Amino acid sequence: MTTFPESVSKSQRSSGINWRSLILPIAVILVVLFCLAPVLWQLLTSVKVNQDISAVPSVYFPRRFTLEHYQQLFARRPFWNYLLNSFFVAAASTLLALGLGAPAAYALARLRLQGERVILAGVLIVTLFPPILLFLGLLRVVQVLSLGDNYLALVLPYAAINLPLTILVMRSFFEQLPRDLEDSAKVDGYNTVGTLLNIVLPLTLPALATTGILAFITAWNEFIFALTFITRESMKTVPVAASQLGGASIFEIPYGPIAAATVLGTLPLVLLVLFFQRQIIQGLTSGAVKG
Amino acid sequence: MTQTDLKPTQAHTTNAPALEVRSLNKTFAPTVVPVKNLNLTVERGEFLTLLGPSGCGKSTVLRMIAGLEHPTKGQVLIDGEDVTRLSPSDRNIAMVFQSYALYPHMTVHDNIASGLKLRRIPKGDIEDRIRDVVDFLGLHELLNRKPGQLSGGQRQRVAVARTLVRRPSVFLLDEPLSNLDALLRENVRAELKQLFESQQAPVVYVTHDQVEAMTLSSKVAVLNEGYLQQLDTPERIYTHPANRFVAGFVGSPQMNFLTLPCDGQSVTLGNRRAPLPTEVRTDAKEITLGIRPEHVRLAREGESPTVEGTVSLVEHLGMHKLYTVQVPGKMPMTVRSLIPLSHTHSDRPIKLVFSGNAIHWFDAETGDRLNQD
Repeated sequence: MTTFPESVSKSQRSSGINWRSLILPIAVILVVLFCLAPVLWQLLTSVKVNQDISAVPSVYFPRRFTLEHYQQLFARRPFWNYLLNSFFVAAASTLLALGLGAPAAYALARLRLQGERVILAGVLIVTLFPPILLFLGLLRVVQVLSLGDNYLALVLPYAAINLPLTILVMRSFFEQLPRDLEDSAKVDGYNTVGTLLNIVLPLTLPALATTGILAFITAWNEFIFALTFITRESMKTVPVAASQLGGASIFEIPYGPIAAATVLGTLPLVLLVLFFQRQIIQGLTSGAVKG
Repeated sequence: MTQTDLKPTQAHTTNAPALEVRSLNKTFAPTVVPVKNLNLTVERGEFLTLLGPSGCGKSTVLRMIAGLEHPTKGQVLIDGEDVTRLSPSDRNIAMVFQSYALYPHMTVHDNIASGLKLRRIPKGDIEDRIRDVVDFLGLHELLNRKPGQLSGGQRQRVAVARTLVRRPSVFLLDEPLSNLDALLRENVRAELKQLFESQQAPVVYVTHDQVEAMTLSSKVAVLNEGYLQQLDTPERIYTHPANRFVAGFVGSPQMNFLTLPCDGQSVTLGNRRAPLPTEVRTDAKEITLGIRPEHVRLAREGESPTVEGTVSLVEHLGMHKLYTVQVPGKMPMTVRSLIPLSHTHSDRPIKLVFSGNAIHWFDAETGDRLNQD
């Protein structure tokens, strides 16, 4: 027993580097690189000059930088418009999903409902369908209600697609919220609405932020519905607009502007996640009960 | 700070008990009856403890008094007024929850004030009342902290402060000490006793811990499977348990129970026959003898022992040693006895004597107590 630690320390001294302590940082760097390499490629492409983009062999790390693609995006296209459209559609559908999903989740978590399991199973089954399967049905619905070129044609399906996730995540959150808190609020004199607004809601903010961000990202990135249900140029969302960027001729693919559009389309999401990160991490429930 | 400052504001002119529970029933499902036909009266200044094992319905009773559960049948009366149909906030009760249930997003001050604010009490009054309670419990430094920054004991005090500031007609406490560690629990227990002794309003306290029940209460209600087993002072519960369940549940180490053959007048204990006390009448073939380990002592020199056996286990309890003695015979028995520390045991058989006036007799089938004194 006593010889083992000594031999380790000797080998450490002889090599000078503790290899074990290096494994973790190296692994982290590799994983991050693996995940972010495509993003990095897009980012670099968006600031390369056109010559470098089409150069053979590929220029991985450009020497010359330009913001020309970004300028083109705003000069030739109403890109602000696309961003605003995306933001509005994603925000509205997220609010709708949270506004409907959170109360539903609360009811499922707190009321002893008849057939609660059946409802939950139904909610879960809905998530198993790929949205594309619902596409033709939705198209018909949009035609009948003449919702084409209307933001509602996107807001409603997005909210519906995000509802199951919202309900399931929020329900498990409500279930771990101590019931004593609500009883205590009742004894204090809060009515049901008062309890929900003053006690439950402040404690639910981290969960709302988390599910809200997931719903927002799904809505922001959605392509097929946005492509089909909206045809008017001024109402298009970022993913559709980015895919429809064209060059001067059909032979020219405008890699630079597409990359710039991708970067700009992702930026709001990154900012959003960074902004709410603290909300998510903040353990608001700590201290409610023992622990 | 005088004690009168924390007394309920309204004058009690009626002679009705502060809290009365009349034939209270709660049925969760047709087959399960957590609370069955419970009657309780609590007078002003009394400290009633609902004691029982988990799942005996004691928390359900408390929640029905609070109005958090609706009784299937029966009534709850506070100061003579039927409050069965009123919401918790209209009953003028205050409750300490097992988990304390402090609002984690509010400061200690706001936690204490929330119940008063909702009752539209003038701001100045609220601050006065909070100051009184905070002085009383020494919470000054904590007022601006959030519950997450408090220790377990501090959270408990805040939870108590939240009830005191309300000046309710009845205090309800649901296992308020179970989340504290053993040492702290003993201190807080003593503190709670002093604190609520200075209050006029009665306290209903739920616990499964018999030590808490015995030390704190002026009355103990022992519950089992939804039925009230006994309602009495802690002393009477201990010295005159109403049945075998109460006898076995209260007291540590647990009472010895010996089932003995019986012929109506006398019982057979080991190789001896002993007459039954005159007031114990039974036609059954068997009877249960109950005796607490502290009433089983070593036989003195020349004294004839009640039982004789070999020590199979010795447990040190600090003040005493607990011997588990195997008594051989036609019906082998196990008797546990508290023995002074000075005694050294050997492999030789040990002679034990049952103190005659500490013996409890129970019906072997129903478990009811048979001797009345």
